[in-house]
Amino acid sequence: MRHGDGRRSRGLASVRVRKYGFILSFLVIPLILYVVFVISPYAQAFYISLTNWRGVSANPQFIGLENFTRLLSDDVFWAAVRHHALLLLAMPLITIAIALFFSFLLNLGGGSRGGRMTGVRGSGFYRVVYFFPQVLAVAVVGVLFQAIYRPDNTGVLNGLLSGIGIGPVGWLIAPNLALWSIMGVVVWQSVGFYVVLFSAGMAAIPSDVFEAAALDGAGRFRLFFSITLPLIWDTIQVGWVYLGIAAFDCFALVQVLSVDRGGPDNSTTVLPLEIWRAAFTFSKFGYASAMGVALFFLTITFAALSLRVTRRERIEL
Amino acid sequence: MTTAPQTDTVRVARAPRAAARRRTKNPTGVFGGLSHVALIVWTILVVGPILWTFLASFKTNPEIVGDTPLALPHSFGWDAWGRAWDKAHIGRYMLNTVFVVGVSTAFTMLFGSMAAYVLARYRFFGNRAIYYLFVSGLSFPVFLALVPLFFVVRNLGLLDTHLGVILVYIAYSLPFTVFFLTAFFKTLPNSVAEAAMMDGASHTRTFFQIMVPMARPGLISITIFNILGQWNQYLLPIVLLSGSVEDKWLITQGIANINTSAGYEADWPGLFAALSMAILPMLIVYIIFQRQIQSGLTAGAVK
Repeated sequence: MRHGDGRRSRGLASVRVRKYGFILSFLVIPLILYVVFVISPYAQAFYISLTNWRGVSANPQFIGLENFTRLLSDDVFWAAVRHHALLLLAMPLITIAIALFFSFLLNLGGGSRGGRMTGVRGSGFYRVVYFFPQVLAVAVVGVLFQAIYRPDNTGVLNGLLSGIGIGPVGWLIAPNLALWSIMGVVVWQSVGFYVVLFSAGMAAIPSDVFEAAALDGAGRFRLFFSITLPLIWDTIQVGWVYLGIAAFDCFALVQVLSVDRGGPDNSTTVLPLEIWRAAFTFSKFGYASAMGVALFFLTITFAALSLRVTRRERIEL
Repeated sequence: MTTAPQTDTVRVARAPRAAARRRTKNPTGVFGGLSHVALIVWTILVVGPILWTFLASFKTNPEIVGDTPLALPHSFGWDAWGRAWDKAHIGRYMLNTVFVVGVSTAFTMLFGSMAAYVLARYRFFGNRAIYYLFVSGLSFPVFLALVPLFFVVRNLGLLDTHLGVILVYIAYSLPFTVFFLTAFFKTLPNSVAEAAMMDGASHTRTFFQIMVPMARPGLISITIFNILGQWNQYLLPIVLLSGSVEDKWLITQGIANINTSAGYEADWPGLFAALSMAILPMLIVYIIFQRQIQSGLTAGAVK
């Protein structure tokens, strides 16, 4: 090998060494943190779910799918799944309906002025106020609503109702009502987020579309159902998936707000709460992980299905 | 519906009666009135509970538990606030949370932007694989990892320490941070970075002095997203900071605990003062940065 070649390749090599050295130095810490605290626990969870691990020091034994067969005959598990199903159906529907209504008013409800669609007066103010609950911690909101939902006349809501002669309602202690009360808090907190999200979608619709529709004599309802709704369908779909995934959580709210953590009589319990309880109250680590795996597959199935079902032909503008 | 003047005249010429009918539907009509009622009702629903919490923190126990929970407090005193700050340790929890969230957000942004930059702008073997490894973290529910995560942290001797919480916060914030910032770094032009490299700047220097300032809008959005997400986190603190280290607790777990612990049942004003203390900083920060916060939190959905 001639000297010149050696020098040039050494020069090139040092450029490459520097580049790969840089890449490595930038990736190594984030990657280690991520693998140690995120990837490895997820991977272990699948294995732990196949063991009978109980207690902090006990040795886990491999028991195959036994945890899962036990899960199938566990009433509390099925109660939790039913609650997720109800949350999954009702929560996105209510939240999106309210948010769509308000974002339509705030963006297009004022009619067109100078050729541009405007919202009702004060729309900026409403948007700021509606969004605020979103920045509060769910745990804080939970404690706050406990005072509002108190079952006797000392509760804010029952205090108001007694003013118009309606007896105290057991918002959180009536088994048929408790989950709906909790859902109400979720809706209260998240409507503002979706108002802002849908507003962004509506702002992106070119104003001449509304202009043309108004010229053809379309009223507000036509404007909403025939024009706005189809044109922000993508955004609604994103909101639907977000709320659906939130319906599989609700841990903090149920844990803080409900009677006896998931009560009365498991009427508000959700899978995350049962996972947490099985693991950190009863030390049933294998069983808790099996529920975790079940929750994972439920979430993934929902995400895949909803992306498929709600897909419509995209309207190009 | 009011329309631009020229279209109005066209319509009047074409169909005077239709135009007249349409004018009755303008925003000041019945529809406009009803929509304002709806908007005001929701405003009261949002503001009411928060305002009531602030007022209740100035009340006395009988005033809150009495039969008129909606009445105004008789006098405004800060006793309950003092009790919540000292005896319920809200001050302590608040400082802990500021420390933990401050450190972990700073390092989330540092590590997240470093990884995202390399993944967005350098070609090397394994680039796609590492990117998808990060992004895959977005699709797993954290409850699946709960048991093993607890033992990973325990085996490292980091249970009941702030360092443990900080490392876990960083790790769980990385997927979204990397996902968002990778897309952001890809949109930045190449020319400035290339010019800097030509002038002999190292890769590292190019990143910190050229690319990070250029990426500021994206970095700010995600910083806000991470601060709020970590500040409001409840599950991870209650798993990683047990009851034996109450002096290390974070604000959300402290508030939830006042609510459940029996000792405070006699002190409702204290509870509401504590709640107010947790809400107030968020309210101030929100009023100042509401535009950035709204865009930061919805950034993920718009992507």
